Amino acid sequence: MSKHAATAAEHLPQRSLLRLLAVMLLVIAPHLLRLPAWEAALVLTITTWRAAAALRQWRMPHPLIKAALTLAVFAGVFATYGRVWGQNAGVALLVVMLSLKLTELRERRDVMVTVFLLYFLLVTHFLYSQELWTIAYLLISTTAITAVLIDVHHEGDARPARMALRLAGTLVLQSLPLMLPMFVLFPRLPGPLWTLPDDAGTSRSGLGDTMSPGDISRLALSDEIAFRVRFLDPAPADRDRYWRGPLLTDFDGITWRASQRLARAPLPEVRLEGPAVRYEITLEPTRQNGLFALDLPVAGRLPERSRLTAEYQLVSTEPVRELRRYSLVSQPRYRLQLQLPDALREAALALPPRGNPRAQALAKQWRADASGDMDVVRSALTLFHNDPFAYTLAPPSLGRDDGDRIDAFLFTTRSGYCEHYAGAFTFLMRAAGIPARVVTGYAGGDRNPFGDWYVLRQANAHAWSEVWIAEQGWVRVDPTAAVSPDRVDRSLSQARGLRDKAAAGLGKLDWSGLRYRLESTWDWIDARWNGMVLGYGTDQQREFLSRIGLGDWQSMLLALTGTVTLLLTALGVALMRRAAPVPPDAALLLWQRGLRPLRKLGFQQRPDEGARDFVQRVLVTRPDLTEPLRRLLQAYLRVRYESEAAAMRELEAAVRNIQPVR
Amino acid sequence: MKPQSAARRLPRRWIGSRIDAWVLRRVQRQHVAVVPRSRVYILPTRFGYGFALMTLVMLLGATNYSNSMAFALTFLLAALGLVCMHHTHANLVNLQLRGGQVEPVYAGETMHFELLLSNPSRRIRHDLQLGWPRLAPQSSGDVGAAAQTRLKISAPTLRRGWQDCGLFSLSTEFPLGLFRAWTWIELDLAGLVYPLPIDAGLKPDRSGGAGGDVSGGGDGQEEFAGLRAYRAGDSLRLVHWKSLGKAQPPMVKQFSDSASPELWLDWAALPALDIEARLSQLARWVLDAQAAHVVFGLRLPGAEIAPASGDDHVHACLAALALFGAKPSPP
Repeated sequence: MSKHAATAAEHLPQRSLLRLLAVMLLVIAPHLLRLPAWEAALVLTITTWRAAAALRQWRMPHPLIKAALTLAVFAGVFATYGRVWGQNAGVALLVVMLSLKLTELRERRDVMVTVFLLYFLLVTHFLYSQELWTIAYLLISTTAITAVLIDVHHEGDARPARMALRLAGTLVLQSLPLMLPMFVLFPRLPGPLWTLPDDAGTSRSGLGDTMSPGDISRLALSDEIAFRVRFLDPAPADRDRYWRGPLLTDFDGITWRASQRLARAPLPEVRLEGPAVRYEITLEPTRQNGLFALDLPVAGRLPERSRLTAEYQLVSTEPVRELRRYSLVSQPRYRLQLQLPDALREAALALPPRGNPRAQALAKQWRADASGDMDVVRSALTLFHNDPFAYTLAPPSLGRDDGDRIDAFLFTTRSGYCEHYAGAFTFLMRAAGIPARVVTGYAGGDRNPFGDWYVLRQANAHAWSEVWIAEQGWVRVDPTAAVSPDRVDRSLSQARGLRDKAAAGLGKLDWSGLRYRLESTWDWIDARWNGMVLGYGTDQQREFLSRIGLGDWQSMLLALTGTVTLLLTALGVALMRRAAPVPPDAALLLWQRGLRPLRKLGFQQRPDEGARDFVQRVLVTRPDLTEPLRRLLQAYLRVRYESEAAAMRELEAAVRNIQPVR
Repeated sequence: MKPQSAARRLPRRWIGSRIDAWVLRRVQRQHVAVVPRSRVYILPTRFGYGFALMTLVMLLGATNYSNSMAFALTFLLAALGLVCMHHTHANLVNLQLRGGQVEPVYAGETMHFELLLSNPSRRIRHDLQLGWPRLAPQSSGDVGAAAQTRLKISAPTLRRGWQDCGLFSLSTEFPLGLFRAWTWIELDLAGLVYPLPIDAGLKPDRSGGAGGDVSGGGDGQEEFAGLRAYRAGDSLRLVHWKSLGKAQPPMVKQFSDSASPELWLDWAALPALDIEARLSQLARWVLDAQAAHVVFGLRLPGAEIAPASGDDHVHACLAALALFGAKPSPP
């Protein structure tokens, strides 16, 4: 490689390069699992090749090869993702460009650019995961990259790895106290500043704004957390904890969808009764606009950047891409929309033009027999309870006939999950002339024994119905609850009940109980992390800081500047103290006193002259002083290099010994 | 050596110590430069600006995605930059510089000024660089805790005479290369530039003395006359290697040139040339005479160096040539 133009000082030592490659692998490792296989293989190949090239002194590839490789990579990313921008394709390009940069990596300034790319790549991990462990990953990676920077910056041979790592660790540790006030006090602008790519954020499963058979049962075994709730007032009973999510009005025979026509309808009037419950929700990212609220939230006390729809669903003004924390007040008893507008009534009665004749006939039969709308509702619930309807995660196929799926469920298979029941029930109500709609959301929630909050997992996803009854407004009906408990699928209850059973065994020392406690502890820590760190956004910052009188961004900036200046000054003082001259120690003073008589003889130790050299120089011309000077020297060197109290005494004696010289 | 330590050396003789300190300070000010905190200047490097830009882009990204961990990393890097600034600054403070040896060179050669950097603190100083104003740093090195190191800074020479070391910078970019801290230092340090000997030339006129052939072999005419202690400037050829390794300074062989007649190198013998050409010619003769191990003397207008031989004598002659018509002491 000596043929290349780089001078020795700019040339990167082999050892530094190998370290850089190792750190690069550390930083891109989590991405490699997410990248397409061809790209991961390519990145690993290039890295291995570069390491071999450094060891074997191979030549760097021709620029044309590099250009061709770059084009091929762009084409490959485009073929994989259908584009070269957006979050996933962007990260894929960044990783592969970093590895391609290796093929022209020779000099220090190339490495500086690579190091900046590494820092930047580190930040992209947090678009995918922000769990608690990532803070350790952040610190380790930052230290490693900084060590590379220290190593690369040094001219000549590579520094010892331990020195670079230690120094990098020191720098990162000293930066942490500065990072904290910046994190808390730096004014957070409400994002996003520009349109986010549509694949931004973590991809998660969860409720959508459509519902087809199978959608919710797919979530039933997912332990992923949907949101956490902390009640500031006594929590409502289990059966009252219905967390209202997307309302689905439009039905095409298979899928229930949120109605687009109602988007502009006015907010319904509502009369709320019963005790107000204040609570705080920390919602995991959903990439959807929907927020969740306990039936029913008080319209006057909504969180910022949210609103209620015509169907009284709480929605955010922009998709929830990151953890979001918001506070709400709900009242469990309500009369919603006593006057039903015609447009809404029409939408809530609409049925597909044809299909499901038996269900339609059954509904008409109930209508004819009933004295009121509530009678029809009761007829339906009785059907689910008395007939052999089963509640199962693995319902049999509803047949190929798309038009008659409700019939197939009601009269043939008779087993399904909540979406089957809610869908069929709503269909029956509409067929009987009662305005009805499907509500999706979450039900229940597990209380964490360590903290006063509830965890709602994807397994808690649920679907139920609302029917509009004159004088009562929209009434919640949960048809799934009508299914006889002895027909609830055992595997399902096992899956769902595992946690409950573990909760019951909390007092005993059994493995599931221990596991449960560990999980709960972890969940408690995780909840704190989510609530306090990840959920710390514009609103939380303002709320938190206004408590200490720093509500506006001017005061925040002022406090931030003050704190950072103070901390930096403290660091500066500490560093200056370490850089201050060490006062001469007792041994040096004694040594100098011992040499004082020699000055009269014209001998003076030069500043760059060691003690041994000086004594040698004196002895060349004054061999008569050999005995006292050698003793002085040996005693002094012993103190210097052994630092023993005995050596100190010997030195003192030697000093006394030299006094009679003249 | 700092004035304080000089004062400590004489704790009881207060007045003496004060006077000593005053005198020493006068003297040392010319030889020792201490880097005070107030004289260290610091600015971001090109990479420092790049780092700041990268942090800013990260901040925008973190805001856009409302990503708390991205904020955390951004702020950590920003803090890292600030911390690095203080480390870079502290890397220079309280260092001491002292002029070291400067070997004489011939005009046109590169002169190396040796500088002695001492670190009086417990903090190791890394990557210290020396450089001339407006030029890239030349050399770099580390100084351990309470230790010293020698660094060289080189400059081209043009004319004979004293060449002043002049103003130079002591700088560092340690640890991350994001900032460059520097200070300006001017030491009382100069090196002697001999006149450049011309490649070949006239033979010295023997009228000034009882001549001998300069270029014709003086070889074999010297007689071994004994050993003496090594003195700085002695030719390595004369070192008595067998004496090395014993607990005494190295010895050099001495030769007496009793057989060789004296040679006078005379300014007056070169009337046809201008001053510099004459000096160059004389320098050539001096070197030739030395190579031939001839005892020679040098006559210049207003100065005469008695015939002798040896490296010290050669140096004295060349110095006289270098400083012909100039002040004899360093500027």
